[in-house]
Amino acid sequence: MSIPLALTVNGKAVKADIDPRLLLADFLRTTLGLTGTHIGCDTAQCGACTIHLDGRAIKSCNVLALQAQGADVVTIEGLAESDGTMHPMQAAFKECHGLQCGFCTTGMVMSAIDLVARHPNADEKTIREELEGNLCRCTGYHNIVKAVQQGAAAMAK
Amino acid sequence: MYTFEYQLPKTLADAAKALASTGGKPLAGGQSLVAAMKLRLAQPGTLVDLRGISELAGIRKEGDALVIGAMTRHADVANSAVVKGAIPALAVLADGIGDRQVRNMGTLGGSIANNDPAADWPAAVVACNATVQTNKRKIAAGDFFKGMYETALGADEIITAVSFPIPKKAAYAKFPNPASRFALVGVFVAQLADGSVRAAVTGAAPAVFRAAPIETALAKSFTPDAAKAVKVDAKGLNNDLHGSAAYRAHLVSVMAGRAVAAAG
Ligand SMILES: Cc1cc2nc3c(=O)[nH]c(=O)nc-3n(C[C@H](O)[C@H](O)[C@H](O)COP(=O)(O)OP(=O)(O)OC[C@H]3O[C@@H](n4cnc5c(N)ncnc54)[C@H](O)[C@@H]3O)c2cc1C
Ligand code: FES
Ligand code: FES
Repeated sequence: MSIPLALTVNGKAVKADIDPRLLLADFLRTTLGLTGTHIGCDTAQCGACTIHLDGRAIKSCNVLALQAQGADVVTIEGLAESDGTMHPMQAAFKECHGLQCGFCTTGMVMSAIDLVARHPNADEKTIREELEGNLCRCTGYHNIVKAVQQGAAAMAK
Repeated sequence: MYTFEYQLPKTLADAAKALASTGGKPLAGGQSLVAAMKLRLAQPGTLVDLRGISELAGIRKEGDALVIGAMTRHADVANSAVVKGAIPALAVLADGIGDRQVRNMGTLGGSIANNDPAADWPAAVVACNATVQTNKRKIAAGDFFKGMYETALGADEIITAVSFPIPKKAAYAKFPNPASRFALVGVFVAQLADGSVRAAVTGAAPAVFRAAPIETALAKSFTPDAAKAVKVDAKGLNNDLHGSAAYRAHLVSVMAGRAVAAAG
């Protein structure tokens, strides 16, 4: 059985006929070719696949693409401006050396933007708690926390 | 994943019909169900997505009770001013579930229908003596949770809301598994409007249960020390790689004490 799916991804209307089993992460990566959304664990643990579904950070490996029917999805590809200027949170990760291999980074940035939207003045403790669902094997989190703080300040401007 | 059919009904009546005619399963946030389907631990022939039924989500006060719709997400409970005003312990509990992304999808109805032995919501439902409302009937908390992943729900029964009578005092304390944040042991303590005390424990046994010796001790003296002094019997408690039964038994009194301290 294939089912028609229609939603908005990074501001553009998207349509496809899909197998109901297709996960949102696979729809983004394989059907749309948006490979910035990473699949690390595929079991809802690591947060590498984090995207925004109607403005909320969720793990796209743990929802069906059909659960995004009619929704507004934003992925890491939707953050930069059309001229390539990075989103302030992306820029902060770069400046603060908030990444090493970069595998977790797209999910971290998506979570960080959701976090700052709710806690514009988040302190270190709040940032660490809010990033509970994002694992990084490289950085030790220290510079990620710094990047989120700097990104939050830049977003407030 | 095994193949399945998918339906997105707009009304509760249509959802009930779809479940009855297909023998399928409701889909809420999918945070437990999609994960189980990926592992081929669940094989529903049809998924009936409840997302389109607007009456299932929402939070309201109804007399002396706080009513939370089944499709209300953990993050929305955690943020709700109504919840924080009526039963702040529920907001704390919801905010401690998994991580932000899971709380943004997972729902109250999905959590209690799933009845994971280490889930947080069942402890609140039992301790507050809440009533589970379905499309067919009202089920008392004490009759709802039957055992590991087992509830009183019929195959085509849909939880619509949970009604929590507002207690005098309540708090939840959990010792989370450091990786999943599921409860290694979680204790929800409530002093109900009639003055009686309930202590419901999750994570420690195959399903949520009331810790009678702790309730007896707290009925005499609602203090952290009274809870901590209780020696809980380890018989029948979970014994696994995360902790021995004796460790969990000890944690029950410790967490009950912390909950009483938080309840003030
Ligand atoms: C990484 C991770 C960490 C987690 N940590 C925790 C934690 O710390 N504490 C905790 O308590 N939980 C935790 N969970 C589970 C989470 O809370 C789930 O959201 C919840 O158990 C299921 O809710 P759901 O809305 O996603 O339901 P689904 O997964 O959609 O459904 C679960 C089950 O409930 C049934 N169902 C759903 N809605 C209804 C309804 N209205 N009526 C009848 N049946 C229904 C479904 O058919 C299915 O059998 C975690 C999950 C993940 C992935
Ligand atoms: S890939 Fe989705 S959480 Fe790890
Ligand atoms: S930078 Fe390598 S996993 Fe985070």
